[in-house]
Amino acid sequence: MKIRKTTGNRAFDIINTALLLLLTIIMIYPLYYVLVASFSTYNSILKGNGILLFPSEFTVEAYKLAFKNPMIIKGFGNTLFVVIVGVLVNLIITSIGAYFLSRKNVFWQKPIMILIIITMYFSGGMIPFYFAVKDLGLENSLFALIVPTAINTFNLIIMKVSFSDIPSSIEEAVKIDGGGHFIMLFKIILPLSKATLAVIGLYYAVSHWNAWFNAMLFLKDRSKYPIQLILREILIQNNMNNMMSDVGAQEANYIGETVKYAVIIISTVPILVVYPFLQKYFTNGVMIGAVKG
Amino acid sequence: MKKSKITNIIAKDFHINWKLYLMVIPVIAFYILFCYKPMYGALIAFKNYSPRLGFVKSQWVGFKNFENFFTSPDFGRLLRNTLKISITSLIVGFPIPIILALFLNEVKISALKKFIQTTTYLPHFISIVVVCGMVKSFVAPNGIIGFIARGFGADGTNLLMNPKNFLPIYVISGIWQTIGWDSIIYLAALSAIDAEQYEAAEVDGAGRFRKMFSITLPSIQPTIITLLILAVGKVMNVGYEKVMLLYNPAIYETSDVISTYVYRLGFETQNWGLSTAVGLFNSVCNLVLILITNSISKKYKSVSLW
Repeated sequence: MKIRKTTGNRAFDIINTALLLLLTIIMIYPLYYVLVASFSTYNSILKGNGILLFPSEFTVEAYKLAFKNPMIIKGFGNTLFVVIVGVLVNLIITSIGAYFLSRKNVFWQKPIMILIIITMYFSGGMIPFYFAVKDLGLENSLFALIVPTAINTFNLIIMKVSFSDIPSSIEEAVKIDGGGHFIMLFKIILPLSKATLAVIGLYYAVSHWNAWFNAMLFLKDRSKYPIQLILREILIQNNMNNMMSDVGAQEANYIGETVKYAVIIISTVPILVVYPFLQKYFTNGVMIGAVKG
Repeated sequence: MKKSKITNIIAKDFHINWKLYLMVIPVIAFYILFCYKPMYGALIAFKNYSPRLGFVKSQWVGFKNFENFFTSPDFGRLLRNTLKISITSLIVGFPIPIILALFLNEVKISALKKFIQTTTYLPHFISIVVVCGMVKSFVAPNGIIGFIARGFGADGTNLLMNPKNFLPIYVISGIWQTIGWDSIIYLAALSAIDAEQYEAAEVDGAGRFRKMFSITLPSIQPTIITLLILAVGKVMNVGYEKVMLLYNPAIYETSDVISTYVYRLGFETQNWGLSTAVGLFNSVCNLVLILITNSISKKYKSVSLW
């Protein structure tokens, strides 16, 4: 394709690129500000009129104080448990459901599909859900963050569509060899659906990583809190007592803000490290979802 | 005769597929325990529920909880805030990813395009707790936005203590977090447009904006309409987690929405019957909105959610 290079065209390209780069700066600056501020002393931030390009009076004091809070490491540990066990449960249960829903010539397939889709559009609400989980004795257990979210119906439907696309001739071959449903699912269908599995697994992992609301509802012991609830204590509720034990009240007030910035960086770094490797899968996922949506 | 035929089919189907049904029990159990049981449990909206008495022994009160909600002074405020927050987010937030996608599509240097995309997606992956933590720090008197606001004549109190500021803070931070991610789907639709159309338009002497409005936008119109319908269906479904993280009693007047009210009514004042009634009201509104928007979308080019 031949592109006509007129002056107007070139001006458009330059202005367009400039505006988009400006947007990029606006998008990234809040994060950059947090990074720079976390390495600065609070007094210098106050003097710097708000806008920072480099750390002023470089210090790692905020990070030292942040890591004094044992709950940050503990919270990461709890979250790691929930993410690993949770995603495993998610993928097994969701793929079993998707396998069932993608079968043909099964009498109850259609009614069950309808009953499942109804749950996407109507729910009993927050309070009855809380009692349903509590009645199962899941309160104050990390499994309250895993079992009640074992299936996301939207992900289930995506997986069902992907399973339905597998040619039935492959499945016929397994049936002739006398393989059961579990062999069919785990030895044939899942290996053929690795891409979908990766995307759905990532979606589930992100939702476990971000979740805090159910943890707030169901967990009583602080030692079981996932990282997001610890972050909420520090960032939203301003509760930094165990980090400031040997700092004076006045000083604590000052350092507090930079500690928050340090905590934000600590909690965001794990995401930023894996982000470039996973980005491809996420965007693929939007596409898979879009086909259905 | 007909009945026995159906039971026959069911029996035969069960005989063939019983292993499959056995396998799917965990899935069915999940939906019963965590979706259908709460729907049944929502009947406490019609009871004066006390956990001590339990579901069965609590007294039926008919629509009394609903009446109390509709006549309470909170009702108008909650409905107004819920609609105001989500409709503003929709009106301001919906077109922006489209505009971003349109202009990003004009960038011909692919490395640059990739760089801009990657940085604009990034905020999507930061957890909502951290985003709200950042917002709270930024709008504090000594935060960066607090500083800038003071430059424009603000009096130096925390911006989130002023009821007027909640809506802009909520909407702008939402756009920051979702603009890049929401543009992906449009970029995909854009990449599917046939290049020949553009060539033909160029032969006719069309400029960049001309092509944008006459070819690009009409081509992605179905995608835009589908997503708009989906978004309208969710209008009563405000992102309450974010509201809960950002608001405080001083600004309930503009920030308290139906779901946050349900939470406080239930978990802080243990008024289970009333809070369930309020939640059920919200669920029913959601359902009605989705049914309406879906029937509209069925008429439009048979785009349907199911």
